[in-house]
Amino acid sequence: MPGPIQSLSRAAAIMRLLAGGERRLGLSEVATALDLAKGTAHGILRTLQQEGFVEQDPESGKYQLGAELLRLGQSYLDVHELRARALVWADDLARAAGETVYLGVLHQQGVLIVHHVFRPDDTRQVLEVGSMQPLHSTAIGKVLVAYDPVARGELGDGPYESYTLRTLTGAGELDAECALIRERGWADSVEETWEGVASIAALIQDRRRNPVGAVCINGPVERVCEDGFVKPSLVASVRSAARAISRDLGAGRF
Amino acid sequence: MTSTGNYIAAIDQGTTSSRCIIFGADGRIVAVDQQEHRQIFPQPGYVEHDAAEIWTRVQSVVRGALEKAGLTKDDIRAIGITNQRETTVLWDKNTGEPVHNALVWQDTRTEALCRELGRNVGQDRFRRETGLPLASYFAGPKIRWLLDNVEGLRERAEAGDILFGTMDTWVIWNLTGGVDGGKHVTDVTNASRTMLMNLKTLAWDESIAESMGVPMAVLPEIRSSAEVYGEAVGDLAGVPVASALGDQQAALFGQTCFAEGEAKSTYGTGTFLLLNTGEKIVNSYHGLLTTVGYRIGDQAPVYALEGSIAVTGSLVQWLRDQLGIISTAAEIETLANTVEDNGGAYFVPAFSGLFAPYWRSDARGVIAGLTRYVTKGHLARAVLEATAWQTREVVDAMQKDSGVELTALKVDGGMTSNNLLMQNIADVLDAPVERPYVAETTALGAAYAAGLAVGFWNDLDTLRANWHRAAEWTPRMDEATREREYKKWLKAVERTMGWVEEEENN
Repeated sequence: MPGPIQSLSRAAAIMRLLAGGERRLGLSEVATALDLAKGTAHGILRTLQQEGFVEQDPESGKYQLGAELLRLGQSYLDVHELRARALVWADDLARAAGETVYLGVLHQQGVLIVHHVFRPDDTRQVLEVGSMQPLHSTAIGKVLVAYDPVARGELGDGPYESYTLRTLTGAGELDAECALIRERGWADSVEETWEGVASIAALIQDRRRNPVGAVCINGPVERVCEDGFVKPSLVASVRSAARAISRDLGAGRF
Repeated sequence: MTSTGNYIAAIDQGTTSSRCIIFGADGRIVAVDQQEHRQIFPQPGYVEHDAAEIWTRVQSVVRGALEKAGLTKDDIRAIGITNQRETTVLWDKNTGEPVHNALVWQDTRTEALCRELGRNVGQDRFRRETGLPLASYFAGPKIRWLLDNVEGLRERAEAGDILFGTMDTWVIWNLTGGVDGGKHVTDVTNASRTMLMNLKTLAWDESIAESMGVPMAVLPEIRSSAEVYGEAVGDLAGVPVASALGDQQAALFGQTCFAEGEAKSTYGTGTFLLLNTGEKIVNSYHGLLTTVGYRIGDQAPVYALEGSIAVTGSLVQWLRDQLGIISTAAEIETLANTVEDNGGAYFVPAFSGLFAPYWRSDARGVIAGLTRYVTKGHLARAVLEATAWQTREVVDAMQKDSGVELTALKVDGGMTSNNLLMQNIADVLDAPVERPYVAETTALGAAYAAGLAVGFWNDLDTLRANWHRAAEWTPRMDEATREREYKKWLKAVERTMGWVEEEENN
């Protein structure tokens, strides 16, 4: 078995030092305290800085612990934070598409709806926040299964419950579908859960590009599809909403 | 002269920032630009803004929004203004220079002056004419303070060299040319927050101005909320400046509360409820303010009752910043969802006394009903319920004053993303709570009024058709629970009163 990796041990020592009494330390203070060559200490600090574990004060040039360390401790995204950040974009998507919008996250073996925007036609609609939708037969579920290994794991090997003639019930066909979803970057579901209903979904990612949820539109097949396929213009709207929400969560432009 | 643009620009001159939002014909946002300005705190209780800085910011966000939208001034059909209310600036009409920093609505330096102005009559000395109690927010006493405290200002004002404005007036004057023919106007909603306008005649009340020591020469011309005041110069040269509305009135307009009995509530750090009372001026006996809702051109003015709640979103911030039991405001809902109910705890955030409908400055906050059983989850519930119950109290006061039964409440503002809170409000009001698509109802209201003035939109029905329900929360609480809980809330409120002794208070 190989021994400890020296640079990792040194990096750990630097972080411990920065977590100690003095909040900010200069390069030479760090080097002296740990008996390191200045160049070595600088290399390690630069790397830690790139990873966000250490931050450098632009004025004094001194180093302190970075925000990324905090984020490691609280890795999950609060769903209500997600809703607050997504509100504007979800509204805009519903208006642009003229259809219902849902925001969902993985919860046990299903998708928990955390936000719901009504179809903009002022008909009576009931808020479905808190309800569950299936993972394997909805667009919002399938996009999570495609990108989130935990979701795929929760789903198991099937066979999955059949809701309509179009529901994918075997693990093989679902995995093939997921490969396609990853390739094109969005998921659809045409009458796989409810007769007459089609939906389109795209993934929401956080700043680390981790899957945190998904956004979808839901509507009647007659409006969402054309010639048997979902309309490309609606796909574009859903994807752009997902990108905007991800951007607001700190993910880089993509 | 008439522009043919397909968009309306709204300038929202707010307390912390200025924004320009460009709207399309369907009321959707095309572009937004925003810049903050400095908050100046010369001493405790004093809050000032640099009006010259604000005007620079406004020009810059107009440019920014046009750029982001990829539009030019030719695409803009009209400009509307909405603004932080009551904030007061005086400037020299020959140089365009403010003579002092603007006194912000939150500034309390005129408290003693207001007591003095009340003489033996008290707070309500001018209420019958103006709809307002003597309180430090309003502009009239702020003008007086400036005239009394800036060297030589009163003489210059009496000589006709000084102009007064709230932020709408300041922005419009500069926008339409400033020293070079700028229009010195305000709209009825902003004028109704000066304590100098008679609500019936919609004209300056000379005798109140005299009692307050404000020379008539400094006052702008009072116009309607939706008419062309003049044409812009500069970046928007030639575009009609066609609306002005105080921010809360603008939100009422943006929510299309055009019919008597329609109400909106804006949930931010504090909360403002406005109820449209139609052409009726409703006097309040339950601690609300009577104000002008809006006036379109030469149509009859529409009045409103206003109730404000000082602490709503700021209570959630208090939990985050002072207690540290949540790390983001949104987490309050997660924490509240860990329990089924409030566990018997009630939180009355009377941090600086009780506001509408009680107006008790001797009250301080309490958490009542604590037992060993209560967890932070229960407290989170109590925090959200506090906003709901305070809404109920203001709505009750509005119903008592106006006799109008609220059928639904239209909501906007940051806290509308809190699902549990919105459900809670529906439950305690026993009325549906509706959220519209456009969250920016304030800017939208200013855009709507400007668009109406230039014929971009034909009538109120066209605007109503733009309003769509993005979410609706319907009451789920049974009557018995609601009554029992309300009683307990009222009991908790009682326990806040009389905490501060008379001497401490002064």
